[in-house]
Amino acid sequence: MVIAEPLVHARQLTKIYPPRGSTAEFRAVDGIDFEVQRGESFGLLGPNGAGKSTTMRMIAATSPISGGSLRVLGMDPMRQGPEIRARLGVVTQDDYLDNELTVRENLHIYGRYFSLPRAVIRDRATRLLDFAQLQEKAGDQVETLSGGMRRRLTIARSLINEPDILLLDEPTTGLDPQARHILWDRLFQLKQEGVTLILTTHYMDEAEQLCDRLVVVDHGRIVAQGSPRDLIARYATREVLELRFRLDERDTVAEKLRTSALATGGNDTDGRVESLPDRVLVYTADGEAALAAVHAMSLTPLTALVRRATLEDVFLTLTGRSLIE
Amino acid sequence: MLHAFGYWLMRYRRTWRGSIVINVLNPLLFLVGIGAGLGALVDDNAPAQIAGVSYAAFFAPGMLAAAAMQNAFLEGSGGVARAAGFGAYRSATPTPLDPEQLAAGHLLFITFRVLIASGAFVAVMAAFGLVGGWWALGALLGATLTGVAFAAPAAAWAVGVRKLRHIDTVFRFVIMPLYMFSGTFFAVSQLPEWIRPVSYLLPLWHGVELCRTLSLGTATITGSCVHIAYLLTLAVGGFLVARITYRRRLHP
Repeated sequence: MVIAEPLVHARQLTKIYPPRGSTAEFRAVDGIDFEVQRGESFGLLGPNGAGKSTTMRMIAATSPISGGSLRVLGMDPMRQGPEIRARLGVVTQDDYLDNELTVRENLHIYGRYFSLPRAVIRDRATRLLDFAQLQEKAGDQVETLSGGMRRRLTIARSLINEPDILLLDEPTTGLDPQARHILWDRLFQLKQEGVTLILTTHYMDEAEQLCDRLVVVDHGRIVAQGSPRDLIARYATREVLELRFRLDERDTVAEKLRTSALATGGNDTDGRVESLPDRVLVYTADGEAALAAVHAMSLTPLTALVRRATLEDVFLTLTGRSLIE
Repeated sequence: MLHAFGYWLMRYRRTWRGSIVINVLNPLLFLVGIGAGLGALVDDNAPAQIAGVSYAAFFAPGMLAAAAMQNAFLEGSGGVARAAGFGAYRSATPTPLDPEQLAAGHLLFITFRVLIASGAFVAVMAAFGLVGGWWALGALLGATLTGVAFAAPAAAWAVGVRKLRHIDTVFRFVIMPLYMFSGTFFAVSQLPEWIRPVSYLLPLWHGVELCRTLSLGTATITGSCVHIAYLLTLAVGGFLVARITYRRRLHP
């Protein structure tokens, strides 16, 4: 009987950057445990500087671990880096494409780094250009591509070795909404084909769309984990009422709401009021009823919006801060 | 290593014609301008100070070594720092290639470039009748070694450089002065006596002496061995340090 080993297995994984010049020692990753199973789509969600990219680099065997243990594809990244990297696809935050080479040449040279025979690269490149919807651009210099095209080419490039795991670090950061949706569509296709995805993001909608399971990280630690739906159910209410008030009355109104029945939930036990710099959030099972309660207190918000709770709310609940600061 | 070298060759395929033209034109202009122009002045007024050969024959191998140094330093510093910051090294880091292989592949390519450029230089010298026969081959290899002796330590340093202007500073205050104190344009014996020992410690002086004695056919086994050993030490030492600094930068 074969027991499926997780593709990635981390225990008390730690990364400490030694002091450099005037900067003090920095604990980027502070003892995290997680596993990624084959075929799973796993996300690391957290604000900038939470340790997501560092974790990715350690999994990618391009950054030595400082403590704990890490196994990738059953191997030790400290000793079997090249063997591990041969079976990973990596999409870094910056694409590092070669602007002076053509689209196809970029795929070719990357394939050569994996020691793939030229004929194999040629075949795969044709298929990948198809997948990335870049067939017509094959002979163009990379310099002429749009941001979305560059990112799709980076993903195509990362697939040249038919990896067991695809690592994506902030795959859609900096892209316009349309380019993001095309990219999500491509990643979703990969997911359907059974490719194991590990991705970092600070976009909640991205995590909700693409991840089966995710860990929320903050200051190098895991603060929660589960499926997006679990996390929302556990750390947020069904609905959220977003209120904006006039600047001059904002603080007093927020205070009034915090001390009202809405903050303790009344008959709604999970109810809570969070005040952010620009708005007040009322967590509740019933947004409309909460809004009626606000009006009943003779408060008149400039705008009021009832929406579903998202991972953003989960993060806010867990850390008291918003994800994008 | 060869895959990393292959990348640089692929890029070079796009620019080699232009760079060969520069490789030939550069020495041509130098030798015509300085060799014939300044050379006539020197040959008429102070032939004794430059060992009794024509100024062009004296100056050409010095320039050959210095040009090799300059090409190798620029590619080994700016080229490396750019590749490490946002270029080829970054895209190759997630692949099976190790940082040590990236260092070796790039240095191999720089060696190849210096060899081509020096080959063009030696060919122009031969066309002017300034060098011939097997001595030309010796001078070519001497110049290439001089280049590598600069490229390897430069790469070891530059892979960690995050501000490109630091490279300009080193070029201006370290590399350019080497021209003056290494016997490129005039013999070190022209310098005040107290400064000469410093010259004998400078890597470019060893490169210039190696190339000059080989090209004039006055090389001795002992002398050449000393120069070669000095330059090889720099090249090998630089590469060994580069293996460490490359890993430190690319696998933080």
